[in-house]
Amino acid sequence: MSSIKINIVSSSEEIYSGEASMVYATGSLGELGIAPGHTPLLTGLAPGPVRVQNGDEEETFFCSGGFVEVQPDMVTILSDTAERADSLDESEAIKAKEAAEQSLADQKSTIDYTKAAAQLAEAVARLKTIQKLRKNI
Amino acid sequence: MANTKEVRNQIASIKGTQKITSAMELVAASKMKKTQDGMLEGRPYSEKIKDVIAHIATSSSEYSHPFCQERDAKKACFIIVSSDKGLCGGLNINLFKSVIAKSAELNEQGIESCFALIGSKAAAFFKSVGGEVIAKAEKLGDKPNPDDLIGLTKVVLDLHKDGDIDQAYLCSNVFVNTMTQQPTVQQLIPLPAVEQDSLGASHWDYIYEPEAKELLEGLLTRYIESLIYQAVVENNACEQAAKMIAMKNATDNAGDLIKELELLYNNVRQAAITQELSEIVGGASAV
Repeated sequence: MSSIKINIVSSSEEIYSGEASMVYATGSLGELGIAPGHTPLLTGLAPGPVRVQNGDEEETFFCSGGFVEVQPDMVTILSDTAERADSLDESEAIKAKEAAEQSLADQKSTIDYTKAAAQLAEAVARLKTIQKLRKNI
Repeated sequence: MANTKEVRNQIASIKGTQKITSAMELVAASKMKKTQDGMLEGRPYSEKIKDVIAHIATSSSEYSHPFCQERDAKKACFIIVSSDKGLCGGLNINLFKSVIAKSAELNEQGIESCFALIGSKAAAFFKSVGGEVIAKAEKLGDKPNPDDLIGLTKVVLDLHKDGDIDQAYLCSNVFVNTMTQQPTVQQLIPLPAVEQDSLGASHWDYIYEPEAKELLEGLLTRYIESLIYQAVVENNACEQAAKMIAMKNATDNAGDLIKELELLYNNVRQAAITQELSEIVGGASAV
């Protein structure tokens, strides 16, 4: 095997997809050089450049962290769009909770199924009436 | 009988409404294209991460993550993806209906429900009907940023880690085509078994760097985040498609109404002229 399939994707786009003779990336425990036929490996990706070598050509991409999966015949790099840190995630979580608490402060915690059903039925009936009106006209 | 001025005013006002709805239809049509592109852009990532998860499932890993383990369910969390704006027909209502049905079904089995809401419409709905809301994300816009959903996902996953919830469901509209959007309730936790692919169930395992636990934790979190993000993007495409159809219907309805009113207007005008004539003739014969 002289080449290995490489896919680099981030959650909002496909960054690169093609063949390579060698891939260099920065794993969470150090530099990685991945040649075709590598043992299956799963590791974190540290923010840094990812170099893809195919014969004489070489391309470099910047990835801000993520994961690398290596199979003997392919490499998948799942890149994050933003830099992630636990502390940042924590503050985002607090924000989401606060948003929920703020606007729903006076709300009871058990769901009123009959009320929900009634409200939905009303909305559906309204829609149906509109459709009926439309047919009659 | 209505007078001509009244009918004329009514026609003018409906024409005004029609202008607005047809403008909204055009806006929705152009946004629909963009949101559909957004939906396609996110697909490679979700497909690749799904592949990786499938590989992990086929490997004989030394470690099994809590997200994959079935446990006695006492409480479930519904992550509900709705739109921020209305005027999109039955899109949100149909989704809420299937959510409520599922929640009632779980309730009968003795499983409580709580909700994590994405979109203003879901927030408004659950505000009026009750229900325990644990997290909320609103106003994500036409191009939602994956970062805006990190917080909400973390709240849900943390609750699962602490044992407060045992199941999680993702509720969103699936884009079938412009005319059809399918409300679906999909199980997130425990992760349904992923289809095994060509690698087969031979005995091999990854080299994990660093620990398997740490890595899988991160990877599965990303996987769930990507599923939620994909659902939000897809729901956006659904919203614009549904809005376009709803506004098209409204424009057509307004057209029909105008036609009817114009007929009425002509009738009224004709009747007035006839009456005037008969009055003149009557007056002349009396003289």
